[in-house]
Amino acid sequence: MSLLMLKTGLQDTVQDAGRWGYAHLGIHAAGAADPVALRVANLLAGNPPETAALEMHFPAPHLRFEQPALFALAGADFRAVLDGQEVPVGAPALASAGSTLVFRQQARGVRVYLGVQGGFALEPWLGSNSTDLLAGVGGLHGQALRAGDRLPFRQTLSETPPGNKNFSWRARVSDLYPADSVFRFLPGPEYNLLDDASREQLETTEWRLSRQSNRMAGAVEGPALTLREHYELVSSAVLPGTVQLLPDGTLLLLLADCQTTGGYPRVAQVLSADLPGLAQNRPGDGFYFCLAQIEEAAAAARRQRMLLRRLGIGCAAALSQPYSTPLNNPHHDH
Amino acid sequence: MHILPLAEHALLVHWDNRIDPLLNDAVQALYRTLSAADLPGLRDLLPAYGSLTIVLDLDYFDRRHPAADPLLVARNWVETAIKTPVPDAMAAGRTVEIPVCYDSAFAPDLEALAARAGLTAAEVVALHTDRVYRVYLIGFLPGFAYMGAVDTRLAAPRLARPRGRVPTGSVGIAGAQTGIYPLESPGGWNLIGRTPLRLFDPQRPEPVLLQPGDQVRFRAISTEAFHQIEQTR
Repeated sequence: MSLLMLKTGLQDTVQDAGRWGYAHLGIHAAGAADPVALRVANLLAGNPPETAALEMHFPAPHLRFEQPALFALAGADFRAVLDGQEVPVGAPALASAGSTLVFRQQARGVRVYLGVQGGFALEPWLGSNSTDLLAGVGGLHGQALRAGDRLPFRQTLSETPPGNKNFSWRARVSDLYPADSVFRFLPGPEYNLLDDASREQLETTEWRLSRQSNRMAGAVEGPALTLREHYELVSSAVLPGTVQLLPDGTLLLLLADCQTTGGYPRVAQVLSADLPGLAQNRPGDGFYFCLAQIEEAAAAARRQRMLLRRLGIGCAAALSQPYSTPLNNPHHDH
Repeated sequence: MHILPLAEHALLVHWDNRIDPLLNDAVQALYRTLSAADLPGLRDLLPAYGSLTIVLDLDYFDRRHPAADPLLVARNWVETAIKTPVPDAMAAGRTVEIPVCYDSAFAPDLEALAARAGLTAAEVVALHTDRVYRVYLIGFLPGFAYMGAVDTRLAAPRLARPRGRVPTGSVGIAGAQTGIYPLESPGGWNLIGRTPLRLFDPQRPEPVLLQPGDQVRFRAISTEAFHQIEQTR
């Protein structure tokens, strides 16, 4: 029994925390474009934080729970509705068998994550369930999900809940994302190649992500930046959050599905703590870049990991409280 | 050589910005030494032409060494590895022979590349198969090996307009580099042939055929041999 796709969304893929350890073979990590939301969805559903979840964009799919499940949504707010009842983002919910989850409107953010208690029963590739669309591996058949696809649950609820149910508590996620649309960056290895005016423009321009942005990358729209002098670079490592300067002066923000190496100057590296917020910044919505140093970057990332651990403890405690339907242990008869 | 953070969780060891076998020897030596070591908290090693990047698992450091500065730990790994490389750090890589069919059906840019160099197509094939290439790095796509350097007469700029669809196995030249497309993808390299071997096959226990540091020699084969190998792989 499983989660059935009734209607295909824009791009819905299974993602976990990524496929690490194969960059030297050109195999990129993939994984959730907003790794914080992935973890929040899982913690709310009572899972280890890096369990594979369903990453959805807008227009989002229509989904049917073919069996009862405890699930949670985190990340973007697409005004989720389960059989006519609103489902909040950032809280667990119970779905009864046969219930239908739809998403009405892109109210906030770009990608929402659906974590289901116990996770999905899928075959990992190189140790990860993340979908690699380029190589056609991982996730379900290495592809974005389409109507008719089923994501089997690894675990079942012992009793059928009397109906769909929301919980009375929600996770406070505001501290996990930047409070405003200012995203900090470390100077990239080629930052000093930017001329003085461009370095200033990098921090004073209101930038916008292009509407053609996807899980690989997004062009950052704004003034063209320039280097002090022409510079030929040989390929070197890039990461999600790397901002490259293309030959025409455009900035390109790399995201979760970026290649392992690139040959354009790396002028900036968005802080790991701020990248999830930027990945949720809607194309066309203005934002600013702000230079930071490595100590601040490390401290911000450490604080974010600490907040997630704390959220995990809180969720585990709240989920252990009795509610109408007790859960039984995982079973593996799929 | 200098070492700088690429991110909170990534350290870049940068030698120089050139395609140079001696430089790449240093990258490979560090790569081999680090990959042979037991380094808890290490997520990824990415050797490139003149740099090596180390990606760290910061959750590991939180759990096991919360007081440590992970970037400093990684810097110490690098310094130790450079001081005490593994015995085979500078040894030649594996030698791999790649059969390539250079027939015109598989080589849409061979004639133009030959004409540009004032050579015949046969002479281009002879030059391309006449030397051993180093795999400098693997990037761009799973298993895409950047190899070089080609004979200076074969060096050619990328196509002005990249193709939307380059078939799997296509062998190309860009600048002084030669490479093989492991998957069908867009691409701007000059295509001079095609191999029936699978450079990337997710079903294999080792999905990627070539490794950084490998030595590659191309062998010209007929169309018949191409199809024969394709069927038996």
